[in-house]
Amino acid sequence: MPEVGLYYYTLGITVGIWMILVMGQNIITGYAGQISLGHAAFFGVGAYASAVLSTTYGVVFWLALPASVLITAVVGALLGSVSLRLRHDFLAITTIGINFVVVSVFLYSEYFGGSLGIGGIPLPRAMGVVFTKPLYLGLVVAALGLAAAADRLLKRSWLGLSLEAIREEETAAAASGLNVSALKITAFAVGTGYAGLAGSLYAHFMTFISPHDFAFPVSITILCMAVLGGLGTLRGALVGALLLGLAPELFRFLRDYRMLTYGALLVLLMRYLPSGLLGDASPLWQRLITRPRGVRGGVAYGGAVDPPGL
Amino acid sequence: MIGFWQQLINGVTVGSTYALIALGLAMVYGVLRILHIAHAGVFTLGAYVGLVLHARTASLPTAFLGAMLACGVAGVLIQRWLYRPLLNQPRIVPLIASIGLFIFMEDLFRLLAGPYVLAFRLDAEVRPLEIAGAAVTGVQVMTLIVTAVLLGAVWLLVGKTWLGLGWRAAAQDLGMAAAVGVNAHRVVALNFAFGSAVAGAAGVLIGALYNAVYPTMGSVPAYKALAVIVLGGLGNVWGTVVAGVLLGLVETFLVGIVGGLLPRDSIAFVALILMLLFRPTGLFGER
Repeated sequence: MPEVGLYYYTLGITVGIWMILVMGQNIITGYAGQISLGHAAFFGVGAYASAVLSTTYGVVFWLALPASVLITAVVGALLGSVSLRLRHDFLAITTIGINFVVVSVFLYSEYFGGSLGIGGIPLPRAMGVVFTKPLYLGLVVAALGLAAAADRLLKRSWLGLSLEAIREEETAAAASGLNVSALKITAFAVGTGYAGLAGSLYAHFMTFISPHDFAFPVSITILCMAVLGGLGTLRGALVGALLLGLAPELFRFLRDYRMLTYGALLVLLMRYLPSGLLGDASPLWQRLITRPRGVRGGVAYGGAVDPPGL
Repeated sequence: MIGFWQQLINGVTVGSTYALIALGLAMVYGVLRILHIAHAGVFTLGAYVGLVLHARTASLPTAFLGAMLACGVAGVLIQRWLYRPLLNQPRIVPLIASIGLFIFMEDLFRLLAGPYVLAFRLDAEVRPLEIAGAAVTGVQVMTLIVTAVLLGAVWLLVGKTWLGLGWRAAAQDLGMAAAVGVNAHRVVALNFAFGSAVAGAAGVLIGALYNAVYPTMGSVPAYKALAVIVLGGLGNVWGTVVAGVLLGLVETFLVGIVGGLLPRDSIAFVALILMLLFRPTGLFGER
């Protein structure tokens, strides 16, 4: 296998992991409307859970993966229940805090390898076959497919509708008999579960993880991906992760001006296309889905419009 | 072990710079309810302008006033062009825009001034003091004086003038303030100008305190100032000032005692999370 070919596999795997992360963020922030600036912390919890399980306790990947999803979801639900007491902006700042604290736990605890991180995480294997890059890409795509299917199920279910009700008007949702606290915790648990899945896949792909991989700037990138694509939609999450995930490649020709361009793009996008590229209210998306008779209700119904084909 | 008084002075000085940075953030939040992350970019701008002006003119007042002026103008431009059109959007939109602007500014400073740490020595210009056996460096004296002057100015402005009355009205309800004849746009713009100018002064002070000005010097203050404004009760200006000074003290003393157990920069967030568990509206209540 030539080196160049392997590089594209790496790129594919990385973008796939970003997509799973952004889907989780989208469930918390897009569907349930809870601003979280600490998603990378849960990405880290998943990665470290999987790494510790497989290196310290010798658990095989196929068990470590679901276990770390579960562990991350439980941690997410716990921290989510703490954050329930907080309104929007308090929640946003507290989630930044959670990110900083989780990273310093990894950094200062011997159990998690301290600043050296954890190395020697085994590649998954099944029936004597080791999952090197091409197979691993297949694994990530399968996980992505499952995650997307779960997202569709969630959004179309009673649960998805309730979360959107909370996003639009919390008081009204509570008055209509929804258990707002339980629903918010559920959103946190599911969204952070996605981050746990992504974390486990990341750890076993990289075979080495360190606290810095899950620092606050990563959270910002995840949130920016979700907003860039269009919050509250699965297609937005996928497209945002794809575009920003490939950004280091797409912007390669800009060399020294990459971060400058990245910042400027975020500003201009928010200024002129605040609902993201493919959000329900985005003019771009409206144009894409407008049929001869016109779909006028797109804005008014918010996330309830479910356009054909994603 | 450094003496108690020495630690106290160090803590109060660091805390005053936190208070100054967070003050502008609290003022902006009080009126517009926007988490203005790019405030830390404005702060860095202040440090660079102060450094350049001081190198050119060798005059301390020029450096301070120039930095404050440049930051004030930058603040108004940000408010006019970026935030004003986004006021009716969901809260996450101005937040992301602000993060984008901060990334942009940091990289702009890197491209313009280079990625290096520039030295900013002001120690020779203010006489050091000695209080109760503790040495207070010239820059520390300067920090305490500038902080006192700026806080006094804010107190006069907010408490005693028509402008301050307008601010307080706008902070209560922007729409209602406009309806009873407050020029809301002008009040908000002046609020930004003033908050940003204070951040500019803080930039000069921090640059001089650590003798270092560099493109990413705003990233730690950016998040720490957020923790400070929550600790002080979002939008509560005086609570924010007290929380800033307290944080400086707690950090200084805790690092002196528990040393490497906890990184200094995460103390703010540990305090934040603990406090939110017990007092969810901040130490001094929300405005």
